[in-house]
Amino acid sequence: MNRERSTFLQTLLAALPLLLMGCGAQGPDWRTLQPVSDFGRLGADVYDDLIWWTLGILVVVELLLLYALLRYRSARSESEVPSQVHGFTALEIAWTLVPAAILFFIAIPTVRTIFELQGAPPSEDALEITVVGHQWWWEFQYPELGFVTANELHVPVGRTANLTLSSADVIHSFWIPQIGGKRDLNPGSENRLWFTPTEVGEYYGQCAELCGTSHANMRMRVFVDDSATFAEWAAAMQAPAIPDSAGAMTFLISGCAACHTIAGTPAQGKVGPDLTNVGRRTTLASSLIPNTPEHMAGWLRSPDSVKPGALMPDLNLDEQRVNELVRFLEGLR
Amino acid sequence: MSVRAMTAPGHESLYSGGMRSWLTTVDHKRIGVLYGISALFYFVVGGVEALIIRLQLASADGTVVGADTFNQLFTMHGTTMVFLVLMPLSAALFNYMIPLMIGARDVAFPRLNAFSFWTFLFGSLLLNLSFLVGNPPDAGWFGYANLTSKQYNPGMGIDFWLLSVQIMGIASIASAVNFTVTILNMRAHGMSLMRMPLFVWMALIVQVLMLLAFPPITVAFIYLMFDRFFGTHFYIPDAGGTPILWQHLFWIFGHPEVYILILPSFGVVSEVLPTFSRKPLFGAPFMIFSGILIGFLGFGVWSHHMFTTGLGAVADTAFSLATMLIAIPTGVKIFNWIATLWGGHIHFKTPLYFAVGMVGLFIIGGLSGIMHASPPVDIQQHDTYFVVAHLHYVFFGGTVFGLFAGIYYWWPKITGRMIGEGLGKLHFWLMFIGMNLTFFPMHFLGMDGMPRRIYTYAADLGWERWNLIATVGAFVIAVSVLVFFVNAVRSVRAGEPAGGDPWDGATLEWTMSSPPPEYNFAIVPVVNSARPFWLHKFGPTRDISTRTREEGTPPQPDTPPERIDLPSPSGWPILAALGLSLVGGGALVGLWLVLVGVAVLVFGVYRWAFQPLERLGHPTFGPAPGGGR
Amino acid sequence: MDSHATTFGVPSRKMAMWVFIASECMFFGSLIATYLSYEGKSLVGPTPEEILNIPLTSVSTFVLLMSSLAMVLALDAVQTGDRRLARLWLGAVIVLGGLFLGGQVYEFNHFYHEGLTLQQNLFGATFFVLTGFHGAHVTVGVIWMVTLLVMSLRGRLGPERSLDVEVAGLYWHFVDVVWIVIFTVVYLIQ
Repeated sequence: MNRERSTFLQTLLAALPLLLMGCGAQGPDWRTLQPVSDFGRLGADVYDDLIWWTLGILVVVELLLLYALLRYRSARSESEVPSQVHGFTALEIAWTLVPAAILFFIAIPTVRTIFELQGAPPSEDALEITVVGHQWWWEFQYPELGFVTANELHVPVGRTANLTLSSADVIHSFWIPQIGGKRDLNPGSENRLWFTPTEVGEYYGQCAELCGTSHANMRMRVFVDDSATFAEWAAAMQAPAIPDSAGAMTFLISGCAACHTIAGTPAQGKVGPDLTNVGRRTTLASSLIPNTPEHMAGWLRSPDSVKPGALMPDLNLDEQRVNELVRFLEGLR
Repeated sequence: MSVRAMTAPGHESLYSGGMRSWLTTVDHKRIGVLYGISALFYFVVGGVEALIIRLQLASADGTVVGADTFNQLFTMHGTTMVFLVLMPLSAALFNYMIPLMIGARDVAFPRLNAFSFWTFLFGSLLLNLSFLVGNPPDAGWFGYANLTSKQYNPGMGIDFWLLSVQIMGIASIASAVNFTVTILNMRAHGMSLMRMPLFVWMALIVQVLMLLAFPPITVAFIYLMFDRFFGTHFYIPDAGGTPILWQHLFWIFGHPEVYILILPSFGVVSEVLPTFSRKPLFGAPFMIFSGILIGFLGFGVWSHHMFTTGLGAVADTAFSLATMLIAIPTGVKIFNWIATLWGGHIHFKTPLYFAVGMVGLFIIGGLSGIMHASPPVDIQQHDTYFVVAHLHYVFFGGTVFGLFAGIYYWWPKITGRMIGEGLGKLHFWLMFIGMNLTFFPMHFLGMDGMPRRIYTYAADLGWERWNLIATVGAFVIAVSVLVFFVNAVRSVRAGEPAGGDPWDGATLEWTMSSPPPEYNFAIVPVVNSARPFWLHKFGPTRDISTRTREEGTPPQPDTPPERIDLPSPSGWPILAALGLSLVGGGALVGLWLVLVGVAVLVFGVYRWAFQPLERLGHPTFGPAPGGGR
Repeated sequence: MDSHATTFGVPSRKMAMWVFIASECMFFGSLIATYLSYEGKSLVGPTPEEILNIPLTSVSTFVLLMSSLAMVLALDAVQTGDRRLARLWLGAVIVLGGLFLGGQVYEFNHFYHEGLTLQQNLFGATFFVLTGFHGAHVTVGVIWMVTLLVMSLRGRLGPERSLDVEVAGLYWHFVDVVWIVIFTVVYLIQ
């Protein structure tokens, strides 16, 4: 009995610091706690608060439980009976009120932050961006700047971005952990989300609401650029590369134009991503693969094996056609 | 100790009889066993699904299964564990124990009880039939519209899912009506509401939640069925419908469902901790009212599952605060459990291990739940592995550990035999370690940005280490379940006879033999205390709350002094259940099969309605001529 | 097991019907809530204002109300052992319930020809599903009443079986009350 009991308790006791160590050692790397925007910072502040509150309560309550087990183990004969305490009202009221008080301290910042996060964007001169979710890729429209791109969002550091979110098919959820919390893209209605990026860099994001076969592959990148880089990028997007006409013809006769738009060509399809300046993107196929000629060729040969369920059909292109298309598309920059 | 020796020898004959006797049984104890075996079978099925999921995620860019198969696996895993494992496993304990604990001969409607079980079983078979036709559902157990619409999900998987869950919903409502009435109306003399064991109280709250929570999901399913079968547009945005309607209806059901799954475990722990610390439950009235409050508040918090949907700041605030309120009665329960152990003489038996494990693990799930109550935090945690961690600490750490505490606690009562302590503790430790290895790292993954329901992830994200550890943990859990089955088989084959009262229990079920006789109580007991058998064994002097000179409830005699009539077995409930399931399954085949189902259902119900409960040759016991079996 | 003494002194079957009615409240509550939340959200006609016939439905509402009265009288007749009156009033419940259903069939048919179908718009979908499920409940009730009438005709519905009628009556009244709510929400408040 004694041996069993002590292993039981020792293991439990050992587990606790291990878990805490896990938190301590890993904490600094966790994306959701490393915000790079004011929006993410507001949430992370409450998050930090709550982590300490809950860890504190966890330790106290688990230690109480362990202490009770340790202290009141039975060493007596089975038929002996301890004092039959049925309750102690004052104590019970106390442990009703104390949690209530703690919740009060959690509720205050929570409510304040809810209204901050869902209020109007903090700046008048926000960059308007419309995000449309598709199975399984992201469409980013810059209505003020007059261009559309896909899967790679560029925003200038220090300027608020004001996102209008909706979906072309099923529900998706826009989430870049380091930028902040997610918000759903609902078909048939619009949601809003603003954030002001505070650190230049490239950040990872992906769809957070199950949206079908390739939900796991609906990824994106956010590039927070300094103002000069962003201006340069926007200018390039506004003045698209002049496509070479032979390549454009290949693009058209291969059937790509049924779904894709390339500014400055007759290709004006709206089903798939806008490929204007696709050569400037760092990744392809909703950020699944790097934008290299080899990967581009693989994607064109068999979209489904890169992104299962992809709505882009396998056009059974021969090798020569694939090479022409790759050269053409990579040249769009 | 002398008290224990007095109890009658077990009535193993309870389980004798051929296949036919099991198909037509109306005995709550046998139906409880049927529920238990079905649930444990599906526990293995859902567990295997989980293991494949974990294998796929053990490393980045996993290739064990493809995208579609993965989506099917987690959909079936969730649906199976919720509707085919945790609910029926609770139902098994409710069925077997509630009549014994309130001093009743059976439930209020024995044949309706059989109907509930068979309807559940046929519904669960229909769901798993989707594997055989190669098209299991793949839109998650929560099946958010409009991913479930014909346009985006043309296969039959969603149809299997929506029809089978509706059929099982009917079983749940029938069972909830039955047990609500049983608990309210079939109590032995003196068993007032405040003397009812906590397990029965939690069961009553669960029944009420099922009664009120299943209709909204039924309506949600009806709309989905009409959208898919008849071309309506309830969830179709192009025609003005909104997919968010599904979310509301689903979570108005879904959040009470959380309490439907956890409260039975709360009830078990509230029985096990007092028995093994040899003290009464600390603050029983607080425990009862906090349970009621949890159930009541459970209906007002559904939108905390929708903080990312975009309902607006005011709605988010209201649902956030309501959710935080639930932490208060839940905290009361935890503290009262600890106070129950406090000052006791704690005996470290396997049921206590699981009960303590449940408390310790549920605290973690409860605390991460408080984090979700805060929308600014939740929008970072929602649909990530943090939530997967949270819900498994609640449903695995909370419900599964609690229900295993119940299984080990009542195993001797049900089987008449003790179950191995050594293997039981090995089971506990493996499960405890495996569970923490599997689910604790998921907190870290969620905080690092790993979403749920993804079949693959890139290697450069830094998620491989914790995923691999989680997978190892899942296999440790699998081994622990294997240990349980070995232990169970050994106990049934060669376990030591348990006697009526192996744990020195306080409540009515321990006053009878193990297993109990068909008629439960030879003499319907008279109850003067919340711990009637304890009062009998130890007297009122040490029982400070009783302050009474009244007698406790003595052990049951071997044979009934008066004649006892029991209801006859009936084949009509299973026929009606079959008809109902044919109506559902027929919708996938053709109208003719639906009509056959309706005919079978109506025929079964009419024969059932006009069949007397006790017919010629019904089981009788006691001194009357021709008594006994 | 009604024969056994019950804790509350209420027959278990009666309590079960009350409990079931609580559940049904949530069922119809969800249907009605959906109807309300989709009110005015249809993208195309016909709209409720264009198509609902309040006078006709008022008549069928009155018919259903009267059936509840007949139900009360039928129960009274069974309890007092007056078989002739019991049959008469049970027959009246069946006829009035049947009339209500006939009115609903006429209404559905009429709407269908006016272009309102399940698929036409959200009003059609929510209207037909809500009133259709109510109609299905009435149909079950009528079948139940026919069963009781046949029992009575075979002389098997004496005062000792009055609980059978009482439980059926509870169901019938509930379905009636639900209709009052639906009539108010769908027809009167537009």
